[in-house]
Amino acid sequence: MNRLAARWRRRRALPRPARLSPADRLRTGGSGLRARPTRVVLSALGIAIGIAAMVAVVGISVSGQAELEARLARLGTNLVTVSPGSTLFGGDATLPEEAPGRIGRMPEVEHTSQVEFVDGVNVYRSDLVPEGESGGIGVYGADLGLLETIRVDVAQGTWLNPATSDHPVVVLGSSAAARLGVTRITPDTLVLIGGTYFSVVGVLEPAELAPELDNSALVGHGVAADLLGAEGDPSTVYVRVAPDRVAQARELIGRNANPERPNEVEVSRPSDALEAGQAADQTFNGLLLGLGGVALLVGGVGVANTMVISVLERRGEIGLRRALGATRGAIRSQFLVEAMVLSALGGVAGAGLGSLATLAYALLRGWPVVVPWWAGAGAMAATVVIGAVAGLVPALRAAAQHPTESLGAG
Amino acid sequence: MSGRGTARGDARQRTRRRGGPDGIGGASAGAGEDASAPAVEFDGVGRRYPGGVRALDGVDLRVERGEMVAIVGPSGSGKSTMLNLVGTLDAPTEGKVRVFGHDVGALGDDQLSALRARSIGFVFQQFHLAPNVRAVDNVAEGLLYSGVPLRVRRARAAEALERVGLADRAGHRPHELSGGQKQRVAIARAVVGAPALLLADEPTGALDTASGVAVLEVLRELHREGVTVIVITHDRELAEGLPRRVEVRDGRVVADSGAPTGPGPHTPARTGPGADPATGATAGREVAR
Repeated sequence: MNRLAARWRRRRALPRPARLSPADRLRTGGSGLRARPTRVVLSALGIAIGIAAMVAVVGISVSGQAELEARLARLGTNLVTVSPGSTLFGGDATLPEEAPGRIGRMPEVEHTSQVEFVDGVNVYRSDLVPEGESGGIGVYGADLGLLETIRVDVAQGTWLNPATSDHPVVVLGSSAAARLGVTRITPDTLVLIGGTYFSVVGVLEPAELAPELDNSALVGHGVAADLLGAEGDPSTVYVRVAPDRVAQARELIGRNANPERPNEVEVSRPSDALEAGQAADQTFNGLLLGLGGVALLVGGVGVANTMVISVLERRGEIGLRRALGATRGAIRSQFLVEAMVLSALGGVAGAGLGSLATLAYALLRGWPVVVPWWAGAGAMAATVVIGAVAGLVPALRAAAQHPTESLGAG
Repeated sequence: MSGRGTARGDARQRTRRRGGPDGIGGASAGAGEDASAPAVEFDGVGRRYPGGVRALDGVDLRVERGEMVAIVGPSGSGKSTMLNLVGTLDAPTEGKVRVFGHDVGALGDDQLSALRARSIGFVFQQFHLAPNVRAVDNVAEGLLYSGVPLRVRRARAAEALERVGLADRAGHRPHELSGGQKQRVAIARAVVGAPALLLADEPTGALDTASGVAVLEVLRELHREGVTVIVITHDRELAEGLPRRVEVRDGRVVADSGAPTGPGPHTPARTGPGADPATGATAGREVAR
């Protein structure tokens, strides 16, 4: 009992170090940085560049995704394109003439429009243009409801209507108009199609879901048959289906379009192509993210280097702090916190730079600007971890320093 | 590491110490030690360095609480080693060093750190002030490792600066201060935590005569308030002016003038408490005598 009491008294008598508050740890860790601002900027730069690259890649990619989603919302993902595929023997198939009607009667289908390709007919600005320079512009007979189905607007002029569609008038796709040099439509803007002058009544905006129509000249079905000798086989049927039944409609359309040979019908969904284009960008993003990671690694090495030098330079300060009563743990935490703060400063600057880069790029492309919060939070977390790893060895060295060795001659 | 039970005891000790009306000069020692133990006790102390260098050899020394002692000797005599041992920055290889009754060799690094934080103040020849940091913040750093909140640290740092006659320099940065002022800031930092023991290592070594006199007067004033002051110096003249001199040569104590008339604060000569250190001119003559 007595011995226990004696031991208790002895334990009571031992001095115990005070714990530093988190605020004091942060302040002490930051004190070394405040004293050397230039060094802070230079050594945080590597981290900042790495984080900026990564935040910008994520920001631009997410902004592009947001743009695509907005575009798809505008264009709709429920457009299905039906076109003839190839026969079993490799020849070109054709769609039956009744296909559009049969597809249109399916319960899943909202509306359809078709175009028929007029084979062997070229478009020229005038009869002075050599025959070979046709520009590859295709001539189609088009339904009057086509624009509604593929959701394209008229850039200038008007679309075909019941009154004009039986006359030699034409509406040009956006790139066809550019190739023919039609910039402004006047009543005497004419193009030569299959030996007949057609008057141009309209030019379309680019058709994002039907890019094949951009380089085309669209005329009425009647004109196509009478003046240009079209045979009446639909070459493409554009189908709007109920948005929630796209998948099953796709399955059924082939059989409805050509019940005898459903395998000769090609059914595609153009919005898939837009999404696939975005996915192709993602692989490039992976490369950029990897480069950002390398920059981050180099930045981390820079921070470690700075900390090693800092510990060597500040032996006197370490000795003084030990004399003032700092425990080894307090010294260790001071330098660890300093490295983490240094690295995190780079992270903040990098996240800012990356966001600015995203902003500039998105504004340039007319995209919505989206920098996801998790990119910033992830950048901060990553830099704090990098700082901790980079600062660990220097901090351990600082703490291991004997108090007397650093106070210098005295 | 001590157990949970000590926390309350420590807190009580701290409250008593800080609550005292005498602020800086309180002679109370650190956490929970034997109040009857002398401030410093060397018992056959030796310190050998790897490679066979023997810096101290068989030193016996006892410094009572409230004494003011000069440890004097040429460079290489072992006086700096003594400072490190008294300051618990180093442990002896032979014998025992007790500071306020604590056996320095038996305590862990954390406990020694705590002892330094609460009971020992250091003043160095090179001041060791943080550049570009205001004087008051440099002084406040002296309380950082005692676990005192920042607001209190600043307030007590301002008081400490006032005690060393630098109240009007609180906002100055070290490069805006003279050498003597810097050393007084360093003294304020050493005593801001009201340590019972103040160790000054060549405190006037980097100063001109007048500044040195003023700095010494501040140390005397602290001694009068009850702080145990140990000055390490090679300067015999300076040592002559102090109540007790311990001469060190080749790692041994060769002469000890002994404590004047038992322990306790030395009787002040002329200046009362709170006197302006600027009266150092007269004190200077005293030193020179």
